[in-house]
Amino acid sequence: MTVMDAAIALDAILLIVQMWVLTASLEAFLAGHTGVALPAALVSGALLLGCSLLYVFVLRVDREGRESR
Amino acid sequence: MKPPDPGARQPLWREEFSIDGAEERFVSRRQFGKFLTLASLAMFTGNLWILVRSWLRREPAYPLRAVARVDDVPIGGVRLFSYPDEKDACILLRPDANTFLAFSQKCTHLSCAVYYEPEKDRLECPCHEGFFEARTGRVLHGPPRRPLPRILLERRGDVLLARGIDLQRVL
Repeated sequence: MTVMDAAIALDAILLIVQMWVLTASLEAFLAGHTGVALPAALVSGALLLGCSLLYVFVLRVDREGRESR
Repeated sequence: MKPPDPGARQPLWREEFSIDGAEERFVSRRQFGKFLTLASLAMFTGNLWILVRSWLRREPAYPLRAVARVDDVPIGGVRLFSYPDEKDACILLRPDANTFLAFSQKCTHLSCAVYYEPEKDRLECPCHEGFFEARTGRVLHGPPRRPLPRILLERRGDVLLARGIDLQRVL
């Protein structure tokens, strides 16, 4: 269960970082800086991939936990 | 405590979400994980939207327009004008006889009008005490984070023409 909690907590942390990336890139875009849009999108995509992998991990461990009961 | 009657009718919410009590924690964990992942997808979509808008953004074409005559601006003085539209207030400075500088008069913090302090050679925003260097427009002190947009000037004889705006984008 501790691993599960850690996975959910890490998922939440990744989402908070992604929120910050979105906020910073939006602020830069509105200020006329377009050069940060591509790196920000790449980082956001990587964070989405991380969140998705953690979600798959949570589902798998959940399923195994229910099957072993 | 009296045990629940298995034959009794369950509340509507329990009929629609027929999840065993022991499994509720798994469901809520799965749902929370799904919520986080969907929120992450929404953030990524927002970043993609910004990326597309950045690619589609075009630099505006600025008009070439006479804004003042040389004699209109005293040495150490200023002249106000509008560029490129009537609502875009700008300030023209003449720190010495042959130097003319122009900036947007809107503070980059909250758009208050900045004014020139010749004795300190700086532009000041009185609303929140933001200070900008008069020669470059860069921030010296205060809440503004971005420099003042600079109006590009061209001198033809004794006429000063505005021909564009440099947003002085620095990260």
